[in-house]
Amino acid sequence: MALTHADVARLAALARIEMTDEELAHTAGQLDTILDAVAAVSQVASADVAPTSHALALTNVMRADEVKPSLPVDAVLAMAPATEDERIRVPRILQEEDE
Amino acid sequence: MSMDELMDFDEVMDLYEPVLGLEVHVELNTASKMFCSCSTAFGAEPNSQTCPVCLGLPGALPVVNAKAVESAIRIGLALNCSIADWCRFARKNYFYPDMTKNFQTSQYDEPLCFDGSVDIEVDQQTYTIPIERAHMEEDAGKSVHRGSSTGRITGAAYSLMDYNRAGVPLIEIVTRPVMGTGAAAPEVARAYVTFLRDMIRALGVSDVRMEQGSLRCDANVSLMPKGSTTLGTRTETKNVNSLRSIAKALRYEICRQGAILARGGTVTQETRHWHEDGAYTSAGRSKEQAEDYRYFPEPDLVPVAPSRTWVDELRATIPLNPTMRRAALREAWGFTENQMRDAVAAQAVDLIEATIEAGCSPQAAAKWWMTELTRRANADGLGLDELPITGAQVAQVQELVDEGLINDKVARQVFEAVLAGDGAPRAIVESRGLAMVADTSALQEAVDAVIADNPDVAAKIRDGKVQAVGALIGAVMGRMSGKADAAKVRELILETLTEGN
Amino acid sequence: MTVWTRMSATDLAGLIASGEASSEEVTKAHLDRVAAVDPQVHAFLHVDAERALDAARRVDQKRAAGEPLSPLAGVPVGVKDAFTLVDTPTTAGSKILEGWRPPYTATVVQRLLDADMVVIGKTNMDEFAMGSSTENSAYGPTHNPWDLDRVPGGSGGGSAAALAAFEVPVTIGSDTGGSIRQPAAVTGTVGVKPTYGSSSRYGLIAMASSLDQPGPCARTVLDAALLHQVMSGHDPRDSTSIDLPGPDVVSAARRCDVTGMRIGIVKEFGGDGYAPGVERRFAEAVETLADAGAEIVEVSCPHFPVALGAYYLIMPSEVSSNLARFDAMRYGHRVGDDGTRSVEQVMRLSRGAGLGAETKRRIILGTYALSSGYYDAYYGSAQKVRTLIIQDFTAAFEKVDVLVSPTTPTTAFRLGERVDDPMAMYKADLCTIPSNLAGNAAASFPAGLAPEDGLPVGVQVMAPPMRDDLLYQVGAVLEASLQARWGGPLLDQISQEGVR
Repeated sequence: MALTHADVARLAALARIEMTDEELAHTAGQLDTILDAVAAVSQVASADVAPTSHALALTNVMRADEVKPSLPVDAVLAMAPATEDERIRVPRILQEEDE
Repeated sequence: MSMDELMDFDEVMDLYEPVLGLEVHVELNTASKMFCSCSTAFGAEPNSQTCPVCLGLPGALPVVNAKAVESAIRIGLALNCSIADWCRFARKNYFYPDMTKNFQTSQYDEPLCFDGSVDIEVDQQTYTIPIERAHMEEDAGKSVHRGSSTGRITGAAYSLMDYNRAGVPLIEIVTRPVMGTGAAAPEVARAYVTFLRDMIRALGVSDVRMEQGSLRCDANVSLMPKGSTTLGTRTETKNVNSLRSIAKALRYEICRQGAILARGGTVTQETRHWHEDGAYTSAGRSKEQAEDYRYFPEPDLVPVAPSRTWVDELRATIPLNPTMRRAALREAWGFTENQMRDAVAAQAVDLIEATIEAGCSPQAAAKWWMTELTRRANADGLGLDELPITGAQVAQVQELVDEGLINDKVARQVFEAVLAGDGAPRAIVESRGLAMVADTSALQEAVDAVIADNPDVAAKIRDGKVQAVGALIGAVMGRMSGKADAAKVRELILETLTEGN
Repeated sequence: MTVWTRMSATDLAGLIASGEASSEEVTKAHLDRVAAVDPQVHAFLHVDAERALDAARRVDQKRAAGEPLSPLAGVPVGVKDAFTLVDTPTTAGSKILEGWRPPYTATVVQRLLDADMVVIGKTNMDEFAMGSSTENSAYGPTHNPWDLDRVPGGSGGGSAAALAAFEVPVTIGSDTGGSIRQPAAVTGTVGVKPTYGSSSRYGLIAMASSLDQPGPCARTVLDAALLHQVMSGHDPRDSTSIDLPGPDVVSAARRCDVTGMRIGIVKEFGGDGYAPGVERRFAEAVETLADAGAEIVEVSCPHFPVALGAYYLIMPSEVSSNLARFDAMRYGHRVGDDGTRSVEQVMRLSRGAGLGAETKRRIILGTYALSSGYYDAYYGSAQKVRTLIIQDFTAAFEKVDVLVSPTTPTTAFRLGERVDDPMAMYKADLCTIPSNLAGNAAASFPAGLAPEDGLPVGVQVMAPPMRDDLLYQVGAVLEASLQARWGGPLLDQISQEGVR
């Protein structure tokens, strides 16, 4: 199945990646090649095979409900590109309404 | 503010059957977060309760809080759900600046608790609410918006993020479509959320405070033409921050959708926001395309597989659900339906129960809480449970009454003093000399004096008109400054008059 | 003058422990070597000489005070830039993390520090560990010390090249589809991917969580085993960490014996697409093992050829989600925040500018594989193939103790040769991927030089989960017998003209 320029543009938007038209076209071509190469996967995967999401057979790995020290606020803010009032500043959020 | 055309609610009900769907988020009261050891305490300095895990720093990994799983299972059991033998977390992928990883660790097709149901009562009618699932997930951070006149997100120039809440454990409880509620739909929704709040509070796993956001409700509703079995298009109303507004928001949506359908229009499937101040809903920004959350099993966590032994142990800790509990208490206390309903409405059930447990009779406990103390609470603008008095103290006051040391009138003075923080009831009675005069000679003196002052009344009583004794009792009480047991006074007057014969 | 940089970590640790060498002079020698050759090799993204020398001096003081020292105390080590180290630049080879200093240290790095090893710097890698050549590093490629025009493999090309250029005796890496083993093969070094869950991923910047595994890189089998022992073990901060004692890899490396061991050759790996020199050296390695007393059989793993396809669906899916956090909001390089743009636009611009072409490609591929309507056909099917791969391994390990194959179908390719041909690039990991999907242990050991180009060839050994010891047992035998044949370590044959 061939991915169109528009398909890749939609995926790039979903993944929040700005791409030029040229990049989109180039990526579409490469993804097609990759998808062709991996097509054998769906042929081999018959209905009677159970999927495995993780090779590890562990279950119930949990920790006790105990509070441990957090990072110093300064260390948190020092990493951020922009801060104000002990908070991390982000550009305006386009949204429906107040939460 | 609303520009929506609304249809009269009763008219809508003549034509359509509302179908409800409720999604309730409950913030658990664990000490630490869902996947890291940061504190969940409310109101801390911004970003002071964050670490590499809840900040989503590169390389950080989640580890599940066992207490959160335990709380989730207990909620599931209280909702009569099946508990999964084995289930996984899943990632819900979408970008939003309050989510540090740009995915929410949640559960998707393998919820921990599923297929439950609860019965709730509205106007003596029982409704069964089918529960689809109760699953575990994490909360997001909080934002404040700057640069707009209203402090709202709309028109803001930028926002400031505080990630203290990011990663706090949440349980999401989702109903299946609730049908057959008819005109009671808004009240059924309200009663259901009230039930959840009371039940979860009884479990002790959350503060369930809607105003603080530890209980949040998204209300879905659609209309189905009467006689049809095809579900209509639903809307999801968010920002419903109180029990009262659940019913109001749903009623509004029902009237709005009714008006659209009645003029042949179609309801848009969308998220709507409830505005408490103007009592209306408004549409959210329409999305260009449906969200595609790309759920897949969370590879950084291993499955949760609660043993049957564990689940059974937890089952034993589940208190009766509120409806059943109320029925059981009403039975045990010998209350009438009305008495019980009043107690529930006044949120006095737990207080009355505590009073009875401290040794008071059910009727006396109800009497004090529902009259004197309710009056006091109303006067001070407080909830009953906010009054500075305990069930045990109320029981002590009644004990003093039962001992004949004080009467009901003095008891009111004692309550006054306890509420003012003057100490324990018995100590108050002693230190203020409120105990009734048990010394018969002083009382006899008063009785004799009153009889002498009222010879005609005394004569009537001697003639058998015993009911006239009331006037004399009042006079004796007056002489005794109220510090006498009225029953005792009555007995003494009658005795004296009979003896005189 | 003793050339500290030519010695093994084992020998250096012995000399430091006995006082014949100080960690400071050993560390200094390696820092000098880095200064001399790294401008050409570019194995390191960041070197902190002061911090390294301070750490070295502390080890020397400890020794002087008679305090007990761990087996690799005082030995310099390089750390792949995918691991966090507190207050030290950590980029994972990406522009978007330029300048980021993590406020915490990865568990495996902490274990190196706790064992008194001297971290001298962070090694180069393909961006977010995505690549087979280190050409996808935002900070420029690493060059193969065997031939500077060739790639050192990837993603851990920096960790492998640093060994082959004698800049450091041991390094650590991470292996998602072959990122430790494939660079080891093409640089003539040893690289081990431990059993999934036996070394902690906490602090390893995730590429694909269900596949990533930190592991040791070294020039000798025993060095790798000692480092393996230092870095692995249960970590309560990694939910996928196995809470069981690991096998004794050091004893296995010292044992050097394969008598009676059943070794299976994977029938599916060979033939078309495999360089003749690779096949020849691999056959010799097998012969060597047979001579040493192993029983050699051919084993079929019918689904291994589909593993690459399954990997290129599962890995990008996890990548698309794991890398979503790089949005330049809480950390990282923010682009276009001029006060007019929305948060969504700024995220898009930052990711567009901060992520490289291969990273974007995989994110978009993964977004597609997980998207509504395609999930079952792509991600779902790939998870089924994963089941089949595990079944192939299980069946094989009923017949044999370990499996062997070439590590990679070809020797090091030229820089730029496969940059715009993703499938050709991906095929470098054809033989290494099945062990990541199944989570079992696997390693690459030097097998000699391909006659046609004189470049190193690696032989891969695969062992059942939690039997990492078998890798070292086989590796030690290969090392001993092949070195007897070559007259010394393979790396002695490296032309030092390329790297001056």
